[in-house]
Amino acid sequence: MISVAATLPAIKALPRPDPWRSGVVLAALLLALPVLVVFSFVFAPAGEVWLHLKQTVLQEYVTNSLVLLLGVGVGVLAIGIPAAWMVSLCEFPGRRLFEWGLLLPMAMPAYIIAYTYTGMLDFAGPVQTQLRDWFGWGYGDYWFPDIRSLPGAVLMLSLVLYPYVYLLSRAAFLEQSICVLEVSRTLGTGPWAGFARVALPLARPAIITGLSLALMETLADYGTVQYFGLATFTTGIFRTWFGLGDPAAAAQLAAVLMSFVFVLILLERWSRRRARFHHTSTRYSHLPRYQLRGWRRIGAIVGCSIPVAFGFLLPALQLGVWAVDTVDAWLKADFFHLVANSLMLAAITAVLAVALALLMAYGRRLRSSRPVDLAVRVASMGYAVPGTVIAVGVILPFAWLDNTLDAFMRAQFDISTGLILSGTLAALVFAYCVRFLAVSLNTVEAGLGKIKPSMDDAARCLGLPPRRVLREVHMPIMRGSLLTALLLVFVDVLKELPATLILRPFNFNTLAVRTFELASDERLADSASAALAIVLAGIVPVILLSRTIGRSRPGHDQTVC
Amino acid sequence: MQLSRRLFLSTAALAAVIGLNGPALAAGEVNLYSARQEALIKPLLDQFTAATGIKVNLVSAKADALLQRLKSEGRNSPADILLTVDAGNLHAAQAAGVLQPVQSAALEGSIPAAYRDPAGHWFGLSLRARPIMYVKGRVNPAELSTYEALAEPKWKGRICVRSSDNVYNQSMIGSMIATRGEAATESWAKGFVANFARKPQGGDRDQLKAAVAGQCDIAIANTYYLAQMLESAKADEKAVAEKIGVFWPNQDERGVHVNISGAGVTAAAPNRDNAVRLLEFLAGEGAQQWYAETNQEYPVRSGVATSATLRAFGEFRADSVNMARLGEHNAAAVRLMDRAGWR
Repeated sequence: MISVAATLPAIKALPRPDPWRSGVVLAALLLALPVLVVFSFVFAPAGEVWLHLKQTVLQEYVTNSLVLLLGVGVGVLAIGIPAAWMVSLCEFPGRRLFEWGLLLPMAMPAYIIAYTYTGMLDFAGPVQTQLRDWFGWGYGDYWFPDIRSLPGAVLMLSLVLYPYVYLLSRAAFLEQSICVLEVSRTLGTGPWAGFARVALPLARPAIITGLSLALMETLADYGTVQYFGLATFTTGIFRTWFGLGDPAAAAQLAAVLMSFVFVLILLERWSRRRARFHHTSTRYSHLPRYQLRGWRRIGAIVGCSIPVAFGFLLPALQLGVWAVDTVDAWLKADFFHLVANSLMLAAITAVLAVALALLMAYGRRLRSSRPVDLAVRVASMGYAVPGTVIAVGVILPFAWLDNTLDAFMRAQFDISTGLILSGTLAALVFAYCVRFLAVSLNTVEAGLGKIKPSMDDAARCLGLPPRRVLREVHMPIMRGSLLTALLLVFVDVLKELPATLILRPFNFNTLAVRTFELASDERLADSASAALAIVLAGIVPVILLSRTIGRSRPGHDQTVC
Repeated sequence: MQLSRRLFLSTAALAAVIGLNGPALAAGEVNLYSARQEALIKPLLDQFTAATGIKVNLVSAKADALLQRLKSEGRNSPADILLTVDAGNLHAAQAAGVLQPVQSAALEGSIPAAYRDPAGHWFGLSLRARPIMYVKGRVNPAELSTYEALAEPKWKGRICVRSSDNVYNQSMIGSMIATRGEAATESWAKGFVANFARKPQGGDRDQLKAAVAGQCDIAIANTYYLAQMLESAKADEKAVAEKIGVFWPNQDERGVHVNISGAGVTAAAPNRDNAVRLLEFLAGEGAQQWYAETNQEYPVRSGVATSATLRAFGEFRADSVNMARLGEHNAAAVRLMDRAGWR
C-alpha cells in the first residue's frame, strides 16, 4: 500500500501526452522526411567528386544562383508592391480590372513563359528575323538582348513570381486599419510619406512572406535555368546526381542550397526582432482612395499594364497562336482526361496542404517552443528543393517501407503484399504536400498572426477548448487567408512537373506532363495547347482569389473611425 | 462525432486513391517504364495490344528518374521493361542490377551485336546518328573531315552545340574517350569549346535555327531532328531545314557517332514472357518500319527500308564501338566537359 501511494504523485507528475505538440511534431517530421532522406546522403563520402566540383563549376553555381536570387528579389518587389498600393489605395480607370488582372501571370508556369519568350525573341525567332529583314542586318551587325541569359532568367522569373508579393501585400494594405493612416495624415504626412512610413512598414511581414515564397520558388526552379543553359545549383544537382552518378555530392550541393534558404529565414526573423504587427484597433472604414489625375493617372494605368501584358497577355497570345496552328493534334479525347487529372490532383492537394498548415500554424500558436518551431521550419523547406529531389526523397522511404512490409509478410505468412504506397497517387499527393506546405503554411501563419492573442484568451475564458477556438473563432476570421492558401496550392500543383513525372502511376498523365513531353522534344507549338490549358485552368482560381481578397476587408460597411 | 465522421471519410478517400491505382499485375499485361515520351511510343504499343491482346501500361519520365524508381522498388517493382533513348542509361541500369539477361533467337537474329548487350540485358531498338550539320553555301563540305578537326582554329566562332547537360553530348564524348583516350579527348574538347559561337543553350533544333540565321556555320545535332523539321507542316521550320546539309564525319576511320534507343527486361519483371514478346515486337519488321517512317530514326534491323528523307542524307559508316562503352565512360565525359569549360 505504502509503495503504491508513494508512486502515485510520480505518475501524476509525468507530463500528460499533449495532442497538439505531438501532432504538430509528428506531422512535421513526416513532411520533413523526404528532405531529411536526401540530406542523409550528405554524410556519405564524396570527397573526390566534391573536389572536382570545387575546382571547376562550384563558384559559377554560387555566383549564378545568388545573382538570380538578388535579381528576382528586386524584380518582384519593384513590380509587386507599387502595383498592390495603386490598386488598393488609389482610384484610376481600370483599377478593378487590374485588381485581378495583375494576378494572372501566376497561372503561367516559369518554364512555359521561358519557352514562349525564347520562341519570340531568340536570334532565329520572328522578332529578330523581322528586324534583319527590315534593315538588312546580319549576325553581329546589331545588338539585341540575349533572352537566354542570367538577366533573361531574372526577367522571366520576376514576371511570373511577382504576384506572390502583390497578392500578400495587397491583402495587407486592405486589412490595415484606416485609423493608422488617418492618424498619420493628421500628423501631416502626405500620400507618399504615408505609404513609405506607415503602410509599408505595417505590411512588412506580408511582403516578406511573399518575397520568401518567390525566392524559394526561384531556388527550386529547374525548367527555366536548364532551358537557358545556366549553371546554377539546381542544374548542378541534376548533373552531379545523374551525369556524374554521385548522389552524395549532389546532396551536398543541395545542402548548400538549403543553407541559402536558412540564411533568408534568419535574416527575416532578425529584421523583425521584437516588433509585433497586430493591429490595436479593430475599427475599419471605407478606404478613401487617392483620386489620381493627369499624368499620375496615366502612369498608374501604364504601370499596372506592363506586368500584365508581359507576364500574361503576350505569352498567352503566343501560346494561343501556336495552339490554333496545331488544333487537330490536340483535340483528341484524352485531352479532357488530362484536364480532369490535373484538376483532381490540385484540389485534393490543396485541401490537404491547408489542413496540415492549419494544424501546424495553430499548434505553434498554442505550444510555441523550440522543438515545435524547428520541426515546422524544417517541414516547410521542401518549397526550395527542386521537385525531382523531393521525388527521390519520397521514393526511397516509401519503397523501403513497402519492401520491408512485404518481406515481413512473406516471412511470416508467405503472402506478398507487393508495393502498397509506391507508384500510387497517394505518394504523389504526399510529395506535393512536402513541396508546397510552405505556400499554405506561410499564408495561414500570416493570417493567424494578425489575430490578436487576446482573442484566444477571451474565447478560452468563455470556455471553448482550443480545437473549437480554431474552428469557431479563427477560421471564420481568417477565411480570406485560408482561401488564398487553398488557391495558391491549387495553382502550384497544376504547374508542378518533375515530381508528377516520376511519381505518377501507370497510364496517368496531367497537363504539365503532356506540355513537358512535347516541349522537351522541341515541339513547342505542339505543346502549346496543354500549356494554354494549364494557364486557363489556373485563371479561374486566380480570379476567385482576387474577389475573396477584395471582400476580405473586415468591417467594410462600418464608417466610424 | 463530426470529427470522426470526417476522419472516416478522408481515410476512405485515401484508400480509394490507393486502391484505384494499384500496380497492374494481372495476366495479359505488361508494364513499361519508358524514357521515350508517350506520343512517340503509344501508337506502337497500341499495335502490339491489337496483335496480341496484351495490355500495355505505361509510365513515361526521364530515364535517370525511372532508374531511381526501379532501384528503390526492388524486387516488388511492377515494371517489366525499362526503355530509354540512349545507351548510357541502359548501361547504368545494367550496372545497378535492375535488368535481367534475356535469350531470344528473334532478338539476337535481328539486332547487330554492337547494338545489344552481349549477355542480353538490353537491346537496341532504333538508331540515331549525331553527324556534323552545316549551312549550305556557307561551308564547303570538302572543308569538313572529322569531329576531331572541329577543334582547329579555322572554326573559331562558327560552331553551335547544346549544353553538356545533354546525354547525347555526354555519349558522344564517351565514344571519343573509348577510342582516343581521356587525355587526347580533353585537349580536343578545349579547342572545340574555344570555337563555340555562343554559350551552349537550347535543344538540337535550336542549333540548326541559329546556324541558318547566321549565328554560326556548323551545328552538331541528331539526324531525326533535322528529318522531322524537313517533314514539318510549318513552313518556317521546313525552310530552315532545307538550308542545312548533313556531313558524315570520320568515314575513313571509326565512323559517325551513333546512339540507340533500347530496352531491357527488368530483374523483377512479373510478366517476363509478355515483356520478351513486346521486345521482339519492337524489333520486328513492322515496328522498325514505323520508327523509320514516323520518328525518322534508323532501324537497328538490317533490310528495313528507311524513309525517303533519311535516304536523302546518304549512306554512312557508323562507329562500331559497343554501346556499353558509352555508358562506362559517361561520368568521365561529364567531368571532362566541366574541365574544358563546356557548360
